[in-house]
Amino acid sequence: MIDFVGQKRWFFLISWILVIIGIASLIVSQIQLGTPLRLGTDFAGGTSMTLQFSPAVEQSRLREEMAKLGHDKATIQNAGEGNFIIHTEEITSDEAQELAEELAAALNAQVEVVDYYLASATVGAATARSAVIAVIVASVAMLLYIVWAFRRMPKSFRWGSCAVIALVHDVFITVGIFSLLGLLAGVEIDALFITGLLTIVGYSINNIVVVFDRIRENKARGISSDFGVTVNSSIVETLGRCLNTSLTTLFVILALFLFGGATIHNFVLVLLLGVIIGTYDSICVAGPLLVVWEKGEWSSLVPWAKRPA
Amino acid sequence: MRRRTVYLLIFILALFGFALWSVVPLDKNVFGREGLRLGLDLKGGSYLVYQADLSDVEPGAEDEIMEGVKGVVERRINALGITEPVVEIQKHAGEYNIVIQLPGIADIEKAKDMVGLFTVLEFREQDAAGNFTIPATGVVGNETLTLSSRYFKENTEVAIDSLGEPFLIFEMDETGAQLFKQISTRLLGKQLAIYLGDEPLRGEDGQMIAPVVRAVIEDKGQIEGLSLTDAQELSRVLNAGRIDVPLGRWVDEEFEPSVPLYERTVDATLGADSIRKSILAAGIGIALLLIFMLVYYRLPGLVACLSLGVYGVVLLAIFKLVPITLTLPGLAGFIVSLGMAVDANVLIFERMKEELRGGRSLAAAVEAGFSRAWTAIRDSNITTFIACIVLFWLGGTMGAFMVRGFALILFLGVALSMFTAITVTRTFLRLIVGSRVVTNLSAYGVTSLQTVRNTK
Repeated sequence: MIDFVGQKRWFFLISWILVIIGIASLIVSQIQLGTPLRLGTDFAGGTSMTLQFSPAVEQSRLREEMAKLGHDKATIQNAGEGNFIIHTEEITSDEAQELAEELAAALNAQVEVVDYYLASATVGAATARSAVIAVIVASVAMLLYIVWAFRRMPKSFRWGSCAVIALVHDVFITVGIFSLLGLLAGVEIDALFITGLLTIVGYSINNIVVVFDRIRENKARGISSDFGVTVNSSIVETLGRCLNTSLTTLFVILALFLFGGATIHNFVLVLLLGVIIGTYDSICVAGPLLVVWEKGEWSSLVPWAKRPA
Repeated sequence: MRRRTVYLLIFILALFGFALWSVVPLDKNVFGREGLRLGLDLKGGSYLVYQADLSDVEPGAEDEIMEGVKGVVERRINALGITEPVVEIQKHAGEYNIVIQLPGIADIEKAKDMVGLFTVLEFREQDAAGNFTIPATGVVGNETLTLSSRYFKENTEVAIDSLGEPFLIFEMDETGAQLFKQISTRLLGKQLAIYLGDEPLRGEDGQMIAPVVRAVIEDKGQIEGLSLTDAQELSRVLNAGRIDVPLGRWVDEEFEPSVPLYERTVDATLGADSIRKSILAAGIGIALLLIFMLVYYRLPGLVACLSLGVYGVVLLAIFKLVPITLTLPGLAGFIVSLGMAVDANVLIFERMKEELRGGRSLAAAVEAGFSRAWTAIRDSNITTFIACIVLFWLGGTMGAFMVRGFALILFLGVALSMFTAITVTRTFLRLIVGSRVVTNLSAYGVTSLQTVRNTK
């Protein structure tokens, strides 16, 4: 039997590394961009448009021309097949049309505005606030639900807390990766990013609950006096289900990611990362965390500390 | 074979048959629903959100005034000849927004110009040629004023006379009474038309609403000869038109009229492209999923595929019949939910395998698999419901109409997947096990030499 609980120091170490990279990226981004994540139109306001060029043009050429036309701060993302998603300061749809015509003349291509989107900066701020509230409300609601679902267990609050810590860990790593992508590849976050994040909150808790449910059952059956062994056999017993469910979900998400088009590319990427991290966490983090709390082995949470003799 | 199982099978087949019948072909008319209702990001069109400047409106009257503003906006949009526009009032944290959806290719600039106009109705009189080009004016104090809805009191209402004919009763304020007296004296026996910007108000029949002045009107008056709908609509726009309610947006403490808070216009070709790509992705994803289930779980895998088929068709039928507006993220949510829908099946099959390895008979293993997987299925899906509810709330607080669509579709998907896993999969499995068609354990993914004690 694979000993997940025994290897918990390693898993915690991996988690810490990912979390620390995320924090570092958030800080660097805060310094460089003024925000921890590169904000898209939904949050920062402004105009976002998809321009369709035929024939397709080079991104660098487009950037040059945009700078010449006074849009040197615009974020430009290549969406494939001659489509570019451009985020600029606020311009009206008339001005967007003019810009498209100027670009058409400069780049000698046909240009069409296929998607025009304007959000006022005030909406952006309100949306960002709602998004943060939504993530917090969802986490608290999950905590309460799990405490309730596991109310017959002694110290059900621990179960809820462990699940939510594991959950926040998933969210944090995903946010960190997007912060890094924002710095390196200009990836912006929008309302759909939050939607994806909340979806993986639900999905990841779902996985954790399946493992916890088995621990609850095995503990009731008294398969071992050692809680660590009980947790480990529960993880191993549910391993097949966890991996298979994640696989079936990954199949469809991966297909959407590869063939689903540019508009929802980042949204699907959140789901993709979320499912992978959520699966890792339900197998390797949530259960072992419960063991640490039950046994008071707090030192294993900081893997770089000396092992107790 | 138990009777209950047979009844369930009949129910499932009937449900599936009905769902299949209602979605094939997709544009078939079922209970007045033709095709799936697509969001603007899939079929192309515009989505506009404006804030209303209600600073001149006395507190408490906002709801009523906004209803009137909505009526005014609807009239203007309809005048543009746009099919199926949707105008809604969104109330959020004491702020009122007007949400306008314009499907298809529309002259968005023209639509925006119209919407940004004031909401006050003006009265006009005929020129020598019989056209209503001259504003009906009078002199009050030293000012020349045009008779408009501004001078009406807020109690314009519809009454019904003894013959059952509806008529409109209105009262004028002090200035309005002086103004109307001068105008009605001058125009006795002539018509007065009511204009919203440059567009005359028209009744249901498309005719201009232009009542004849029958008497001198001072502080009170009535308008007869309107249909009930026209009278109600007119009373609403007159009440709303008492005060200018500019539509635009707030920037810091300043109100910018005519500028939308939020605007999105998607080209129909991009929408069609999104649909095509989503279908391709769904096809590939589902094919992989089905192959995996068949190879890994064998016979139960096949059952899961069948139950996934029921799931997909029934969900599509729900989308069509409710109807639920399908947006691009919603479509993604539907596809992702297909992957997740297998989850409950996987939970049950894994349990079943464990029970089989533990030496139980096939029939007993099926039952134990279902009953023991139930708590995990229930608990894990409730957390997804919680996430969906929070998302639905979040979607309501902002312009991003796509978030709500996704949340709703994921919620429905998860709920339905619980039903298909518990009912459809179980019924099929019971039938197969009960009929003893396949008793070889390897067909159930268990490689064991143990003999099968297939007890009924």
